[in-house]
Amino acid sequence: MTAPTTAPGTPGTSSSTAVITGIGVAAPNGLGTEAWWAATLRGENGIRRVEAYDASAYPSSLAGLIIGFDAAGHLPGRLLPQTDRCTRLALTAADWALADSGADPAALPEYATGVVTSSATGGFEFTHREARKLWTRGPQHVSVYESFAWFYAANSGQISIRHGIRGASGVFVAEQAGGLDAIGHARRTLRKGSSLVVTGGVESALDPWGFVSHIAGGRVSRRTEADRAYLPFDKDASGHVPGEGGAMLVLEDMSAAVRRQAPRVYGELAGYAATFDPPPGSGRPPGLERAARLALADAGLAPGDVDAVFADAAAVPALDDAEAAAVEALFGPYGVPVSVPKTLTGRLMGGAGPLDVVAALLSIRDGVLPPVAHVDRPVPHHRLDLVRGEPRPARVRHALVLARGHGGFNAAAVVSGAPDLPSAAADPSATFPPVPDP
Amino acid sequence: MNRSVAITGIGVVAPGGIGRKSFWDLLMSGRTATRTISMFDPSRFRSQIAAEVDFVPERYGLTPREARRLDRAAQFAVVSTRECLTDSGLEFAELDPHRIGVSVGSAVGGTTTLEQEYLVLSDSGRQWEVDGSYMSPHLFDAFVPSSLAAEVAAVAGAEGPATVISTGCTSGLDCLGYARDLIAEGSADVMLAGATDAPISPIAVACFDAVKATSPSNDDPGTASRPFDRTRNGFVIAEGAAMFVLEELEHARARGAHVYGVISGYATRCNAYHMTGLKADGREMAEAIRRSLAEARLAPERVDYVNAHGSGTKQNDRHETNAFKDALGEHAYRVPVSSIKSMIGHSLGAIGSIEIAACALGMEFGAVPPTANLHEPDPECDLDYVPLEARPARLDTVLSVGSGFGGFQSAMILTRDAGTTRRAAA
Amino acid sequence: MPRMTLDDLKLILDECAGEDERTDFGSDLLDTSFTDLGYDSLALLETAATTTLRFGVELADEAVTDAETPRQFLDLVNTALVKVA
Repeated sequence: MTAPTTAPGTPGTSSSTAVITGIGVAAPNGLGTEAWWAATLRGENGIRRVEAYDASAYPSSLAGLIIGFDAAGHLPGRLLPQTDRCTRLALTAADWALADSGADPAALPEYATGVVTSSATGGFEFTHREARKLWTRGPQHVSVYESFAWFYAANSGQISIRHGIRGASGVFVAEQAGGLDAIGHARRTLRKGSSLVVTGGVESALDPWGFVSHIAGGRVSRRTEADRAYLPFDKDASGHVPGEGGAMLVLEDMSAAVRRQAPRVYGELAGYAATFDPPPGSGRPPGLERAARLALADAGLAPGDVDAVFADAAAVPALDDAEAAAVEALFGPYGVPVSVPKTLTGRLMGGAGPLDVVAALLSIRDGVLPPVAHVDRPVPHHRLDLVRGEPRPARVRHALVLARGHGGFNAAAVVSGAPDLPSAAADPSATFPPVPDP
Repeated sequence: MNRSVAITGIGVVAPGGIGRKSFWDLLMSGRTATRTISMFDPSRFRSQIAAEVDFVPERYGLTPREARRLDRAAQFAVVSTRECLTDSGLEFAELDPHRIGVSVGSAVGGTTTLEQEYLVLSDSGRQWEVDGSYMSPHLFDAFVPSSLAAEVAAVAGAEGPATVISTGCTSGLDCLGYARDLIAEGSADVMLAGATDAPISPIAVACFDAVKATSPSNDDPGTASRPFDRTRNGFVIAEGAAMFVLEELEHARARGAHVYGVISGYATRCNAYHMTGLKADGREMAEAIRRSLAEARLAPERVDYVNAHGSGTKQNDRHETNAFKDALGEHAYRVPVSSIKSMIGHSLGAIGSIEIAACALGMEFGAVPPTANLHEPDPECDLDYVPLEARPARLDTVLSVGSGFGGFQSAMILTRDAGTTRRAAA
Repeated sequence: MPRMTLDDLKLILDECAGEDERTDFGSDLLDTSFTDLGYDSLALLETAATTTLRFGVELADEAVTDAETPRQFLDLVNTALVKVA
């Protein structure tokens, strides 16, 4: 058995082009795509001290926290009692993404739309409250909504209901790699006949129980200064800061987007791949480089075509070393600019990959790379061209997004600028053949 | 690339039967494995019944360290993975690990461990600001259930794409559908795929109590799960796992592997209606069935057996009965339909995979599992539900469906591989 | 003896099902069906559970399902309260 060297197709389908036509961002340093992007370019930090409760007894009390999110201002009152914070954020980001795309899923052919999300921690704070009620007051006090506010599929289900989305959907858990898995699968469903998929990931598990569970992973920084706690690829790297938020995207079959005259195409999901690390002691390198190579092959690109890398950035020295080695193996020493906007948000688990995909798309749009914030003593042997200090002007046509999940998961996505539209698109009077109803 | 995907290995951990042989024996006997919850004191709960697995980790090959380290759902996954690897006869050490992937389904992941940890850290709920100084080193693996896929990957030495699919109660079908896609498109040649859940934990039991989805027939646990019966009053929560070796069909044939069946169709749809409610018409499930039949290029009349979701809630059984009529037409009245949840309960995300194991073994041994406890059919559920006793039948094409909170509706078709002969009864 | 009033019910509904400006608490609220008021079966289950805890009454599952309007729900609760007393 040999690995295919080119992008494989899928059963009975086209290998249609998957384009991003809508974006919704909910991040610690900005609510809404443009607010977040401007904050990111300004270097505005979303990492702050937890103040909703007394976290002083914990080894760390910093998190990437979204401040000032008024769920009632964004969502109908009826949705509030039945949703965890992560779902409220996800619903809001999905609303924004769909509004941005100008698409109305309910107006598209039934079953041609889907929701594919990533969630690593489910509705954690909601469950914490209900578990507390159960154990202090008894089973009769547990909310009817606990049965679904808690589970990992809550965001996909609620988004589907809110927007009348009835087609192939899914939910992925692969810690921080899961967000790219979701986007990769969204593209697969387009290839199998869907025309529009709401995809991405939004997380929040920063209540005390969630926060302690993050710390249990053993990779959370114990530093107390918000601008010194999460320093990937820095000599002072001491772990990450957990955060909340993420991004939702509207991923669309390009011909369908053209047909409905989508107001904008941010770019294309050109490649995706996932791998798992070899067992400890195998002597073989971790699977991140291989994921990147497979994603590039899937996109039909060579490393030399890539203008920027959005790194996973674990900020654990050994993991940073491994990622730096993978980037160097692909691109050579200092061979490609490396950007880490998540230094301002903390690690968002299932939300991280999607938010980095957004960063890649906006870098392509605006010709600028956001910096790796706060890092001022790069580890010399990494030989990475870290974008440090100010945002760096750059022409970005193709960007590689990397993500790793605790336990050995690797995923990579290649994001490219909007493809040349079919000639017919230039002529609004042209008619397009109807998209088959899957 | 459009490659066919064969099932060449099966491993099962189910209530009343650990290992595919004893699992199948239970299904053929029509006995029920539902009983009063023994894993904790259920006396304060509305539903006090479950289908529990009598699982002694050491007896099923787990080391004491694995038993301490792994959540119960992960233990089930590891044990069933080992069984399916052996069953497949594949020499995993000789395969390219990069071409082996993992897709594990689970609705609630490490819930049991999470809740136990919570009780310790919160002083039984009294402390909102839980005390992190007592946390277990394994808490994180329960917190983020992709640990399940990592454990399965470690068992098989898989280094291809690996992930957990968590679409609630359709996870067990969706993880197999995903694995099927990865092999079909060429992203992997072999997938370790299947689902696990161990939700018999107070918080899970309490939340289903609250929605009154589970049966309160506490006086007679053995007959509490009564799909399609007029007197049914909810599902019975359960636990378990089923894992499979899925393999590109030509690869399986070339090595002379035993092929249980081919995953020839799969589709999933959402009802976009309600997080827990179902419209009676079963419209989106019908669409998932139609789509999976279309993918398999089969007419509805070719379906020899329908493995129903059959949870035993009032609304589910009507919903899917209507879906079968909608998608299969007149054939719905002729084809045998049964729910093994009548015997082994509803293990949330795991059950879809366990039901596929039942379908594959049914094709293998030429029999349809019965619907236990079905004495008084609901007039609105008027199909042939194979009451009480297993029925011999040659099965060449089998349909299995799942339905879950969030509105997810999934359907999968297994077909006999023309090139495969039936194995003598084990 | 405690009685459940319409105001009590409104409070619990807001708490259990969320406030929503679409809900029109007009004069014939008492006899408008919960469905028309925008409350689904889960909202009513949650409302019934909270009512049970707050007023100390047992409400049979079927009886809750059968209560289609605020008036019927209040009658159910207040009848049960009489029995408790």
